Amino acid sequence: MASLHFEFVSPERVLFSGEVDQVDLPGVEGDMGILAGHAPLVTPLRPGILTIYNGGSREAVVVIGGFAEVGPAGLTVLADQAGARDEFDTATLTSEIKDAEDDIADASDESQRDKLARRLEQLKTLQAALAQ
Amino acid sequence: MPSLKDLRNRIAATKATQKITKAMQMVAASKLRRAQAAAEAARPYAAGMEKVLGNIAAAVGNLETAPRLLRGSGSDAVHLLLVCTAERGLCGPFNTAIVRHARERAVALMAEGKEVKFFCVGRKGYDQLRRQYANQIVELVDLRSARTLHFEHAESIAEKVIGRFDKFEFDVCTLFFSRFRSVIAQIPTAQQIIPPLFDSKATDALGGAAYEFEPEAEDILHELLPRNVAVQIFRALLENAASFYGAQMSAMDNATRNAGEMIRKQTLTYNRTRQAMITKELIEIISGAEAL
Repeated sequence: MASLHFEFVSPERVLFSGEVDQVDLPGVEGDMGILAGHAPLVTPLRPGILTIYNGGSREAVVVIGGFAEVGPAGLTVLADQAGARDEFDTATLTSEIKDAEDDIADASDESQRDKLARRLEQLKTLQAALAQ
Repeated sequence: MPSLKDLRNRIAATKATQKITKAMQMVAASKLRRAQAAAEAARPYAAGMEKVLGNIAAAVGNLETAPRLLRGSGSDAVHLLLVCTAERGLCGPFNTAIVRHARERAVALMAEGKEVKFFCVGRKGYDQLRRQYANQIVELVDLRSARTLHFEHAESIAEKVIGRFDKFEFDVCTLFFSRFRSVIAQIPTAQQIIPPLFDSKATDALGGAAYEFEPEAEDILHELLPRNVAVQIFRALLENAASFYGAQMSAMDNATRNAGEMIRKQTLTYNRTRQAMITKELIEIISGAEAL
């Protein structure tokens, strides 16, 4: 099986760089699995869990927002915040949720409120998924 | 001629100064390590962001519908120079080098008949620019209270810049900062961030294949572009922080060495004076004894 070149970076550091078999992404419009030779694609990410498959092993990483780009060179994920699932600090998530709630309270127009409500929903889903 | 006591005081004062410069050098060295790691860690993200955006921009092309942040406002009459400097001095030519770079650009632009505005990040750059361009400085952001740089700082600066852009206050925004190459080499750099300039080589990589966008390309660009501005500013601030400590470290190293040299000279003068006095006293005693 052809391998996929995967670059995973956050503003603070490079989280992963190398060849993998498959990556599952939490896209805004649904989860997607990326294999080698995927068509060029750009999508924002929703808060969720990104899974890296490599030679039978799996690695789960929590991402909060960001972008994924599939190009000829491979997959690039630019995460706003990210951390391995085991060591992810749930306090970050709690504070994000609180921020989102405050923002909704402050939001003035309808479309913005919708957007924020969606984000809050996603954050809560992630929190529930992590709590299991 | 100064008395022995004066000389002793002077040596003590120089020694005290040397201790301070030495301490500052060591503090800068330890902070440099962290700042350098942060700056280097931020590079792949900023570079990745630029690449992704470049690819999208190439795919979207020069569509009429492309956001203004990508297309630019269609003219280049008003330039905003975003000058990032440090909050503190005692760092050799660090601040001056950035300001000089920005000033040269400003003079060149004004010679072409363009309007130039300044947006200062960091007190030191503001102080230097204020002398000449007091009424062209539109804003000053002071990061003195920030102990460590967070992405939020860059985000709030980006918000202010984009806010001004949306109010048609300028057409082109150029970022000035100091790129960190090594402890002794910091390169004042100018980078145009609005509208962003892409490396054309990097953008042809797709070879004609079209991107799929989920959701629409426009929505993505609307989110990505302001973020890119913030990311580029964040990178500039981190590079600046590393450069600042590098410059401070070498400046303080020089100062410590100069102080050492000065102490050596002063001690020499002190000893000479002391010996001259002893000799003089001896002569006085001997000639007194002879007179008896």
